[in-house]
Amino acid sequence: MTDAGPSVVPTGDLTQALVDTDIWSEQHLFDAGIPIADAPMISVGGGIGSFALVDHLRICGVGTESLRVLTPLSTPWESFAYLTRVSQVPIGARLRSDSSACPDNIWGFPSYAIREAVGAESVRGLLAPLWQVLTEPLLGEHYTPRVGQVLDAMARESRRIRYPEMVATGQVRMVRRREAGGYFTILTTPEWAPAAKRIAFRSAYVHLAVGYAGLKFLPELQAYRESTRNSSRVVNAYEPHEHVYDQLRRRPGTVMVRGSGIVASRVLQRLIDERNTHGLQTRVVHIFGTYVSGSQGPRFLRRRGGDGFAYQAFDDPKSVWGGQLRDQARNTEGAERTLFYDSLGGTSTPYRQHWQTLLGTARAQGWYSTVVGEVEALDAGADDLITARIQSRDSVLMAEASFVIDCTGLESDIGEQRILADLLQHTGARRNPLGRLDVEPSFEVRGTRSGRGRLYASGAATHGGYLPGVDTFLGLQIAAQEIADDLAAEGFCRRLNLVRSAREWFRWATNTVI
Amino acid sequence: MTSSLAGRMQTRVLLFAVIGGIWTALVTPILPTRLPLGRSYELSFTVLALIIVLGLLWELLYHLLQQYRWDKDWPTALSLLAGVPEGTLIWLLLGTGTWLWDLPVTARGYWLLFGSVWFVVWVVLSGPIRVLLVRRRWRGGRLFG
Repeated sequence: MTDAGPSVVPTGDLTQALVDTDIWSEQHLFDAGIPIADAPMISVGGGIGSFALVDHLRICGVGTESLRVLTPLSTPWESFAYLTRVSQVPIGARLRSDSSACPDNIWGFPSYAIREAVGAESVRGLLAPLWQVLTEPLLGEHYTPRVGQVLDAMARESRRIRYPEMVATGQVRMVRRREAGGYFTILTTPEWAPAAKRIAFRSAYVHLAVGYAGLKFLPELQAYRESTRNSSRVVNAYEPHEHVYDQLRRRPGTVMVRGSGIVASRVLQRLIDERNTHGLQTRVVHIFGTYVSGSQGPRFLRRRGGDGFAYQAFDDPKSVWGGQLRDQARNTEGAERTLFYDSLGGTSTPYRQHWQTLLGTARAQGWYSTVVGEVEALDAGADDLITARIQSRDSVLMAEASFVIDCTGLESDIGEQRILADLLQHTGARRNPLGRLDVEPSFEVRGTRSGRGRLYASGAATHGGYLPGVDTFLGLQIAAQEIADDLAAEGFCRRLNLVRSAREWFRWATNTVI
Repeated sequence: MTSSLAGRMQTRVLLFAVIGGIWTALVTPILPTRLPLGRSYELSFTVLALIIVLGLLWELLYHLLQQYRWDKDWPTALSLLAGVPEGTLIWLLLGTGTWLWDLPVTARGYWLLFGSVWFVVWVVLSGPIRVLLVRRRWRGGRLFG
């Protein structure tokens, strides 16, 4: 702007000039009228990924004034609790998670099994979890904690580390490098807030843990919804779909279930429980893209399977979080990495005796059937029915159903996530061999360094990196520890050594606010 | 547990040397060995040294067996039960009379020592070690490197 030129009134909003400029200075923001707030470290997302890092940093001695979590969520477990609930894991049900995977406790000790035993009100309640965790998985299934136990534990830790004091509510729009080093993170504040519409947080360090962009709708599912303008009969298992079960109680019908992972198992359990509890006549057609008929793989890479499912206790083989498989992944690059991830196998579900019994009975009674193939199209048929055209190996099958529940997952393309897409376009971030965000072993996002500033990412966006299993409690905690160590080397916090670790654990155990 | 081979070896040496060493020092005076205290200590630390040295060979076997597991993990019950063959082997070695040290060992004294050392180390390994060595479980049980 020159003296002779037209004067631009700053609106406090993003300007085209800002959007088009990769690296910003304070002047750019001043010209746009966006106020600047300072915080040495920002974590974007505010889910369990942010919580894990903030917990770690607080334990490493970082004060609340040095950390800001930018998030639309009211608690770090809000999204997690929502997704587990709608995908048929009620608050009292057990997760698919190890006893020592404790998002509220960086040491994983005492584990959830021990805590459940200590809190038990009967001798059986005391001994059962201990016996299970002692003999897993040789004599029985792995011990897994209940949703409610994990949520309560996180709430306690959140109060202890004074998490709410660090939260700034709003939607993050973008992160851009700062000319003099570090980053600007643009937060859009909620309409009800008295603050400016946009605030630029100026920080040396930024952490992104933004989770999934949304639900993944397969093309034929999307096409059905658009052509019929009806989204109640064809649903994704991660969206609220209680109405499906409600309607089946009123009128018998056939449900088509797609997918063979843990969510499919949960949905099947719900359908069968509904049938048994209310004496319904529901029929289930289960579509498998890949049908696993038995254990598969060579001698040293053999995974259990059967009845269509691949069986595995957790999301990944257990040693990816700190054993042989983590070491192997750490030494792979490029195409080798892709091969390594392929070797871990695809979708799986845990082998649970209860589910085996339910499905065995359903099969024997003839109301549960399986089809192997890919759904090519869904069309509206007569009498509110949906007709599915399924391409099987050598033929095309037609199947009819009242409802389709798709259990094939969440949106994983990082290009669909606005902050990450902006990062790829303007901040030098790249994709890893599996197409997600390319991060160093320290979880620093490659290509985004800005002066002495560092930009980190963890969680689902970094799948395909040196650490497999990133989108799990343990994955988020390992990432947090690696980031905290990297920041300690930078002088931002103290390294968690033996003495500090023991002292901080004692504070955790005594629920001392830090 | 999800140990790598190096992690197994390092953990074996460190835990038995430190935790096992402290426990052995404390418990030896009350062991029913029917030996003078000095000879009792000689016996108990010989047993501890054998747990460590032979253990390095046992760990090779365990690591091989672990390869048959899809998860490449080592269930905690196996860590506890491994005490049965390991304890038996050392008992047999001490009883053959060909041992370098001439140590008349009583069954009660030996099994109380071996059993308690094994159990204490297993308990520490099953949880409390994570409080002191916070990164160990992410690194295949390695303490260094």
